Amino acid sequence: MRKGDWRRLLAVALLSWCVLTAATGRCLAGEARKKAALIPQWEPQAQFAGYYVALAKGFYAAEGVDMTILRGGPGEPPSRLMAEGKAQFGTFFLATAILKRAEGLPLVNLAQFVPHCTQLLIAKKADGIDKPADLAGRKVSLWGPEFQLATKTFFKRYGLAVEPVPQGFTVDLFLRGGVAACSAMRYNEYHAIINAGLDPEELTVFDLGAHGLDLPEDGLYTLASVLAADPDLCRAVARASVRGWEYAFAHPEEALDIVMSHVSAAHLPTNRMHQKWMLESLRQAMTGPGDPLGTLTRARYQAAAKALGAAGLAADAPPYEEFHVPLP
Amino acid sequence: MSPSLDVRPTRGLAFKLAVCILTSATVIFTAAFAYYYRSSKDMILAGVRDNAQNLLRRAVNRLEVPLSAIERVPQFMALKLGQELPSAAGLDRDLADLLTANPDVYGAAAAFEPGVFHGLPRYSPYFCRKNGEVAQVGLGYEEYYELQNWYLVPKVLQQPVWSEPYFDESGGDIVMTTYSVPVMGQTPNGPAFLGVVTADVALDWLRKQVGRISLYNSGYAFLLSRSGVLLSHPDNRLVMRESIFSRAEQFASPELRALGRRMIAGEEGFARLPDFILGKPAWVAFAPMRLTGWSMGVIVPEDELFAPLRKLGREVAILGGAGFTALLLVIAAIAAHITRPLSRLAATAAEIAHGNLDAPVPLATGGDEVGALSRSFEQMRLALRDYIADLTATTKAKERLESELKIARNIQMSFLPKKFPPFPEITSFALHADLLPAREVGGDLYDFFLLGPGRLLFLVGDVSGKGVPAALFMAVTKTLIKGNAEQESDPAEILAKVNRELCVDNESMLFVTMFLAILDCDTGEMTFSNAGHNPPARIAPDGTVSWLALPRGLFLGVMEDAVYRTATVTLAPGEKIVAFTDGVTEAQNPAQELFGTGRLLTVLSKAASMPPEALDAAVMQAATEYAEDAEQADDITVLTLLYRGSDPA
Repeated sequence: MRKGDWRRLLAVALLSWCVLTAATGRCLAGEARKKAALIPQWEPQAQFAGYYVALAKGFYAAEGVDMTILRGGPGEPPSRLMAEGKAQFGTFFLATAILKRAEGLPLVNLAQFVPHCTQLLIAKKADGIDKPADLAGRKVSLWGPEFQLATKTFFKRYGLAVEPVPQGFTVDLFLRGGVAACSAMRYNEYHAIINAGLDPEELTVFDLGAHGLDLPEDGLYTLASVLAADPDLCRAVARASVRGWEYAFAHPEEALDIVMSHVSAAHLPTNRMHQKWMLESLRQAMTGPGDPLGTLTRARYQAAAKALGAAGLAADAPPYEEFHVPLP
Repeated sequence: MSPSLDVRPTRGLAFKLAVCILTSATVIFTAAFAYYYRSSKDMILAGVRDNAQNLLRRAVNRLEVPLSAIERVPQFMALKLGQELPSAAGLDRDLADLLTANPDVYGAAAAFEPGVFHGLPRYSPYFCRKNGEVAQVGLGYEEYYELQNWYLVPKVLQQPVWSEPYFDESGGDIVMTTYSVPVMGQTPNGPAFLGVVTADVALDWLRKQVGRISLYNSGYAFLLSRSGVLLSHPDNRLVMRESIFSRAEQFASPELRALGRRMIAGEEGFARLPDFILGKPAWVAFAPMRLTGWSMGVIVPEDELFAPLRKLGREVAILGGAGFTALLLVIAAIAAHITRPLSRLAATAAEIAHGNLDAPVPLATGGDEVGALSRSFEQMRLALRDYIADLTATTKAKERLESELKIARNIQMSFLPKKFPPFPEITSFALHADLLPAREVGGDLYDFFLLGPGRLLFLVGDVSGKGVPAALFMAVTKTLIKGNAEQESDPAEILAKVNRELCVDNESMLFVTMFLAILDCDTGEMTFSNAGHNPPARIAPDGTVSWLALPRGLFLGVMEDAVYRTATVTLAPGEKIVAFTDGVTEAQNPAQELFGTGRLLTVLSKAASMPPEALDAAVMQAATEYAEDAEQADDITVLTLLYRGSDPA
């Protein structure tokens, strides 16, 4: 081979590489990826599997984002971290996001992952609770105000007056008989109760979505300021997150491995079986018909805004277009 | 010989005996040992259950004593706070003193309802041990401590509680549990919840204590929280993460889940553990910790429980095997001892069956059944041999006798004239005689010959006795008659001479009856004499049958000077004389009835017109038919003379 051939070959190879990397959002000059941080609204668990998978599989990196997922928990609310600028992205229940926006945090919905209400009220049959009316006058533990929308709609629908008790971060109070019923997410507390030795047939479960208000839950949010400054970044994070969720549902065991690595690092008292249940429950909630993964329909948004308004929690919700950025 | 007499069996008695006895012995031994093994197993299990439960009770007690001591500290403080709230500094001092005075307590806090502690919206001082010093540290969640279980649960339940163990966030991998006592203040409306006082206990010492518990080689203890979470387990990765129920779910084991439910329900028990836990059969004993609501279990692998029993089982199996071998040898020896003579007996029997009666029967020495059989067999063989020898001798004697009879018959028959008609050229008379000898020759005789032209002598006699002597005596008599008839022409004279000669040297004392006649063929005059013979029949030409009157005379050969007389009759032409021996009239039928003269008379009347030959045959036939199948006892002789009248020529 002659010397001229080497040079020609090298030039062709360089050109091809440049074209390829440009196509995926990167190029020689933009090798330095944009830094970003995501704060989930709770401790590491399969509820955020899509984000962890997107990170682990390099989907964020592929979009040119140098993503960091912060450790969430009750002491690290996304609203605070985003307001402080420690995170550009966060996850919220739709109702929480609308409330926070009403309180002055300009949240924008980039993707809506859980289009349904997965909240439950759980009671023990042994306490004589078989139907909603049996809850009248009993102690029921409830989460904070934004989680009480569906619960209160449920109580109102059945004309129930209950004795509300704050609900902690576990179902211990319920297990110890401190309350007759407790709030629960189907993907989390329900299984925690089953895994504390109570059999499903010993429980009375009220599906709040079915009984009252089917409010969408988890979504991916950013601040209006971040969106305005770098809409590409926001689209890239939304795209990679959707891809992460799709991959997690297609490869549940691999997704669980990834989730468990975060769980172990955080010393959390949970186990793979629980996370497996969580991932499967979320898959069922997220992949139903009518709501493509990541989309927030106008109807769902408006129904949620109306319910919040009616409850006197958020008087004037922003228009749908302003609140929601369609998926790229 | 038929093949059924083959005495070589495919499977001998010894084999069958050995199989039967060994099979029975095996079944009995196996059943007995199985029962023993099972009972021993149950006994061992019962022992292990008691042992494990005692161990558990002691361990639970050992763990609960320090916990129960710790309970009193916050209880006292909560009581004091309920009566009077100190200043913030006083409270801090009290908490720090609590830690200093109680080295088992890791941390202590007081937390109050909004506005209770000197009007503050929240107040929750917390002290814990940092690097060996008691120090005040922040909770890290001062804004929402009211949602923590250590606050919320005693508040709602209004009673002290031990919290579910949890990882201490600040202290690293330290598992803690918190004892929280509600502070109850007195108000005009009754008792009111003011806040809680807590004492944290690090569970490392407890986990170490539990980890030290062991039973047998690989048995271990574990601790479950109120909700089934593993608080202590040899595998540290499971601790605080997995619960007995998550394990049950992972391995799809309803049994384990049921066990978990029993344990967290505060039951005490002993149960079979699903195999996947240890990878082999195992048992678990469990007992509750009443103070905390936790449950402790001890797992014991079954193979270790039953190791001594299995060792014993192997030894018994080896002993049993040796025993079987010995038993087999003994049975084989006994069987051989019993069956060897039997086999020899069988071989001998086969030889005897083939006809060799001289083959000696092996005599078994013992007094048992085989010996008796051998002796019986030998007796049978000897009896058979004697019988066959007797039979041979008898047959020989019989054959000799038969041969003598044959000789006698030959003698008898060879002396009788058998050519009929005897004198074909003479037409003035016809004569026919027939003699049917009995099996045992009777000594009948007949004879006829011409004394000269126109003079015919004929006679019928019967020698007493049978056989060769009688035949010989008949031959002698006939010869004597022939000799004397050439010199004398008077029948009586002939008989007298013959009598005298027969009496000489008649040592056997035989005698002979005789009818002797001489016919003058021309005149029909017949002279005759009689020596004790039965009278002949006379058939007139018209067929009338009468008996010829005979002069009296003694048998020949008895008295030397016996006197015989001659009588004379003249036969008309066509008249017949039928002379016969008593073989005819004394022929017997099977009922031993005699033929008799009456029947003879009837036969003669019927056959009166027959020629002499046919008439003889008719008489013979009548006599033999009468006898049917009864054996003929005596010779039967019939002689018929038909006088036709003088020769017209």
